[in-house]
Amino acid sequence: MQSVSASRLIVTALMGIVGIFFILPFIWMLSASFKPELEVMTYPIQWIPKTWYMIENYTQVWSGAVPFTLYYLNSIKVTLMATALSLIISAMAAYGFSKVIFKGREAMFILVLATYMIPSQAILVPQFMMFRWLGLFDSHFGLVLLAASGVLGTFLLRQFFMSVHNEIIESARIDGANHWIIFFRIGLPLVKPALATYMILRFIWTWNDYQNPLIFLRSEALFTLQLGIRKFADFNGEFYSLMMAGAVSAILPLLIIFIVGQKQVIEGVASGSVKG
Amino acid sequence: MEQTTRNGLNQRAKTGKALRIRKQGFYDMINGYLFILPMLLLTMTLVVIPIILSGLISFTEWNFIAGLEGLNFIGFENYNNLLHDEGFHRALRNNVIMIAVVPVSMLFALVLAALINQATYFKDFFKVIYFMPFISSFVAIALLWRVLFHPNSGPINGFLRGIGIENPPLWLADPQFALIAVMIIMVWTSLGFNMVIYLAGLQGIPKDIYEAADVDGASPMRQFFTITLPMLSPTTFFLLITGVVGSFKVFDLIMVLTSGGPAGSTSVIVYYLYEAAFVNLQSGYASAMGIVLLLLILFVTLIQWVGQKKWVNY
Repeated sequence: MQSVSASRLIVTALMGIVGIFFILPFIWMLSASFKPELEVMTYPIQWIPKTWYMIENYTQVWSGAVPFTLYYLNSIKVTLMATALSLIISAMAAYGFSKVIFKGREAMFILVLATYMIPSQAILVPQFMMFRWLGLFDSHFGLVLLAASGVLGTFLLRQFFMSVHNEIIESARIDGANHWIIFFRIGLPLVKPALATYMILRFIWTWNDYQNPLIFLRSEALFTLQLGIRKFADFNGEFYSLMMAGAVSAILPLLIIFIVGQKQVIEGVASGSVKG
Repeated sequence: MEQTTRNGLNQRAKTGKALRIRKQGFYDMINGYLFILPMLLLTMTLVVIPIILSGLISFTEWNFIAGLEGLNFIGFENYNNLLHDEGFHRALRNNVIMIAVVPVSMLFALVLAALINQATYFKDFFKVIYFMPFISSFVAIALLWRVLFHPNSGPINGFLRGIGIENPPLWLADPQFALIAVMIIMVWTSLGFNMVIYLAGLQGIPKDIYEAADVDGASPMRQFFTITLPMLSPTTFFLLITGVVGSFKVFDLIMVLTSGGPAGSTSVIVYYLYEAAFVNLQSGYASAMGIVLLLLILFVTLIQWVGQKKWVNY
């Protein structure tokens, strides 16, 4: 028994060393964002800043020439709306595809699933034109619609609905409940863990998305955070401390959400095998 | 007399039941479509119609700013031009090279997953750490690595000089090394995801197989190659297929990190497409590229589907 735990300790130490390579860039980023510009690039690396410049850097980010607060609010608005809409649409479709029997169901599902193969870049030009015609170009609502149409959510939630026993639904129907009542009262509560997983993933993906805001937004007042940091980085040129402070500000909310919901995210990703 | 009445009643009850079932089937049909309607509408308008339009536009010479009057059918000329476009060839070549990220990342991920699964304390802690790059935005990651890879004063080259390498590569500033630098970042970001999927696969392997192998005296190495690897082959297949398809879609990272530079050394199809569509305003040409990209992805997927029969055990 003694030797077993010794080998476990060695493996743990090994994992720790590899793990350091994963977390070091983040620690470097955090530490750089706390330093005055001149100390950022000194070597050997000072992990703990000699001069603390945290307040100055972050004030510069948050109340400098680039309206970071506005970008933050825009991102929160778009992400919350997209996540909510996507959850409703995906959950409904997942229930329809797994628990309601109707003609053409399999064909429809295959059609929806097949669209996953289409790379988003291949349809950018027609999407751009359609958005201009429909008046969705340069609006948050357009971005919300793009993020809400995710096929992956439907697929992930469908897997979970399939594991709900049909007898539960049959007996509810004999008691006179229709599919909508069953969906809201029985179906949704039963797949709550999957909903939580998808909610967090959708939030992360929408928050991090750069391509769609880049193509479909023009007004700076509507910019999301990802566009904002890019602009901030261009604006501040070689001020790496400020750039890192901006990057930390962009990652932090996600990191908090991830740490709070890490079980849902990691297990959900593993069980549904989804990828953004 | 009585007999026939009873028959008639039976008959009526039967048709009534059949009618109810048919009626229910009808309601189910309507409800079923109502449930999937929002999803279907969005997919149709935002994906299916655009891909059809993309196919049509790919046969035209057109700049979408000019409006429909400027539309000009030119047949297969866009596709023909792609065959002779140096920039497109380079982007395609880079994409093919970038596929190497997938097996490398999967190999590391498998080793890490096997170690974590076998014998480590703080499992959850390590999972979170390895998963962090996956949840971070590509914009922030790109900005971070741009500084880390800084040719003169970045910490990576500082370290390399520190251990005695006189002239470390200029990484993102050197056409020879830029693609490798991008690929290192891609391995770093994708490893956590692959590892978590492998861990789930490992936990799905029944313990008694290993116990039986222990009884038979098989060494841990032998067990890994004759039990673990074959049992994980569906997972490996899944990761390979999503990884390769995903490697063709990497846009955000390239856009922020290098904008395809220096000298086009990190240009990939999606970035080249973006430039054609939104910088040079060649809508027709960009659409042709999009269709080629789609066909390429379908082709790669098909090859893997055909190939899986040889090595995937279900």
